[in-house]
Amino acid sequence: MPGSITTDIVGGRGAPPATTGFGGGDGDSRGASRRASITGLLVLLAASVMLFAAFTSSFFVRRGLSNDWVDTPLPPILWINTGVLVTSSIALELARAALRGGRRVAFNRYWTGATTLGALFLGGQYLAWRQLNDAGIYLATNPSSSFFFVLTCAHAVHLLGGVSALGYIDVQALLLRLGPGKRTAVDISAYFWHFLDAIWIFLMALFFFWG
Amino acid sequence: MSSHIVHAGHQAPTGFIRRYIFSLDHKVIGIQYYFLALFSVFLGMGLSLLMRYHMVYPDAKVGWFETLWPTGAAGGIMTPELYLSLLTMHGTIMVFFVLTTAPQSGFGNYFLPIQIGAEDMAFPVLNMLSFWATFLALVVMVAAFFVPGGAPLSGWTAYPPLSAVGPLAGPGEGLGQTLWVFSIAIFSGASLMGAINFIATTIDLRCKGMSMMRLPLTCWSWFVTAILGLLGFAVLLAAGVLLLLDRMAGTSFFLPAGLVVNDQILSHKGGSPLLWQHLFWFFGHPEVYIAILPGMGVASQLLSTFARKPIFGYRAMVYAILGIGFLGFFVWGHHMFMSGMNPYSAMAFSVLTMSIGVPSAIKTFNWIGTLWGGRIRFDTAMLFALGFVSLFVTGGISGIFLGQPALDLYFHDTYFVVGHFHMIMGVAAIFGMFAGTFYWFPKMFGRMMNETLGKIHFYLTFIGVYAIFTPMHFLGIAGNPRRYADFTNFEFMGKLMPVHTFMTWAAILTATAQIIFVVNLVWSMMRGKKAPVNPWEATTLEWTIPSPPPFDNFAGKHPVVNHGPYEYSVPGAPKDYIMQSDPA
Repeated sequence: MPGSITTDIVGGRGAPPATTGFGGGDGDSRGASRRASITGLLVLLAASVMLFAAFTSSFFVRRGLSNDWVDTPLPPILWINTGVLVTSSIALELARAALRGGRRVAFNRYWTGATTLGALFLGGQYLAWRQLNDAGIYLATNPSSSFFFVLTCAHAVHLLGGVSALGYIDVQALLLRLGPGKRTAVDISAYFWHFLDAIWIFLMALFFFWG
Repeated sequence: MSSHIVHAGHQAPTGFIRRYIFSLDHKVIGIQYYFLALFSVFLGMGLSLLMRYHMVYPDAKVGWFETLWPTGAAGGIMTPELYLSLLTMHGTIMVFFVLTTAPQSGFGNYFLPIQIGAEDMAFPVLNMLSFWATFLALVVMVAAFFVPGGAPLSGWTAYPPLSAVGPLAGPGEGLGQTLWVFSIAIFSGASLMGAINFIATTIDLRCKGMSMMRLPLTCWSWFVTAILGLLGFAVLLAAGVLLLLDRMAGTSFFLPAGLVVNDQILSHKGGSPLLWQHLFWFFGHPEVYIAILPGMGVASQLLSTFARKPIFGYRAMVYAILGIGFLGFFVWGHHMFMSGMNPYSAMAFSVLTMSIGVPSAIKTFNWIGTLWGGRIRFDTAMLFALGFVSLFVTGGISGIFLGQPALDLYFHDTYFVVGHFHMIMGVAAIFGMFAGTFYWFPKMFGRMMNETLGKIHFYLTFIGVYAIFTPMHFLGIAGNPRRYADFTNFEFMGKLMPVHTFMTWAAILTATAQIIFVVNLVWSMMRGKKAPVNPWEATTLEWTIPSPPPFDNFAGKHPVVNHGPYEYSVPGAPKDYIMQSDPA
């Protein structure tokens, strides 16, 4: 099944050709592989939500346990990083709109911009960790800093996957290999990126209000 | 088989490595999982035999113990530390690499796509990665035996502080415990990949006509199990990360202040071992259902097929699976009654635990209803399915006792619990695997298993497991503590030791009987009678294709489903079964 996301990203032959009557038992002959990819993404997001929920509930339990909690001062660069990440999400949406309108040059420009901003965010996170270290705050300094590093690292690992996906699509687009079959890849990468955006805003709120 | 739309099939890869090692074919991956679990179950069983032998003959000198464990069994006598490391590895290997692996990843991988009429799983590369990550996790786990200090001591639940303080806590708590945590983290990642595949495949790759309410109950159980795995293993992964940081980075998530280990005060402060228990059991209780739900699916499938009757209350069975899966996430606290909790919390967990009895009873009554008035064919596969029902009821009933805080306070650290969870989670699930093996072997390998050997194996195993695990309940009531390596120094245990001796010999005989199974499996693969397409006259889609199936399952055709999965003995029908793909 050339050109489908299942084939291109995950090597699928599970989804059948588009005229076989497959797809969710309803006889819908189109879009089974696109639907499977989107379902796969939603399931992945559910797992990620559980991971962050486990860390967050541990955060609150640990915070309420004893008197050794010292709020971690948020490095100011985190606010810049937040702006960078939100801007990258907006750029992705502009890119998708450009793709829908057939404006491939604009798509390339926006998508490359979003990917670059994503990489910049990761660099900014590294700077934030360095700034905390320079201030004498490390992973094991106190439970607040432990959770800060655990949560931001877990988010960064997710983001590394997201940047890789964005980078893959960017390369495909710049090499003029982004055929219609890869639209699903474009969409699910963007959804995943927005999800990471939302997780980051949640984490910032967590650090800001409960530190 | 009719109503097919024909399309060109996919070509199978020709290279050995691509075809059999790093294969993308769900059937090969399913068989890989199956044999990984088979290796693991014998390894785990071997460890349990060593423990049982030591328990009743603690002073016997066994030369090869010393060869295997020069420190842990110096002079051929097992130390309590070695006993605990065997206990830990037995539990871990059995729970993760057998009970989680074979019923879901083994049979599920092989038969889910075929039963729903798909060519493969939704994401085959992810599927391959999932298997090889599981394999890596097993290698890392087994490696714990061979590192300085040996395997960890902290049990399959790895409770801190013991699991978190490092080598100071004893042999095995150094690198061995670290490898344990790494292995479980890798396994969690592999399980998440598998869950994504199972869920997306079930939702989106069903063939035309295969509505959710026409899914075989095996598929329902694999689907719900995947959801449990998805939500549970993510939490276990998070807990594993925090435990690893406590061990290696000096954090204090689970380690309290003022902890003294081997006369040394640790620098950790403020953490809570209870936090680990909450995180662990939030995964750990659904894990029980991850192990048993696929067995329920297999039992349902087989009881209907071999009783030649539709499953009694199909919809009720589906809702019961969903109910068990849903409620399974709200009862983790019943593992922690002894750890201390607000009595109101304990009451809530207790009531919720009891409520799982409702969907469980629905399933049991429906199985009995399915059998009632049926023309039962007592093939070996059916015997194991019946054995599953028996063990599920036996193990489930003792769960009602343990779900009550007042009783659990007494039973918790006794053999009553050991008997309970071995019945329900261990041997019931393994009987589900045996049932699945005898039922699907003809499809997987194209040959029939030997029925005579199968029945001898069944009766020996069925009697054997009851002989091993039933007395444990009585021992527990009598106050026999669990996790002890040696009871000879306890006067009150004197009168109970003959029971232990009986259980040990029952275990040795039952384990020996498993040789019959292995012989049957290997001999049948090579010399068994050729299997027809549908040897059991069953209705689901795997029985419409050759044995073994072609690479793309339906040889380029795609089935259309017109019937439910259990249309047996339909009045007026020409045969006593109607295949799912027969014309409407």
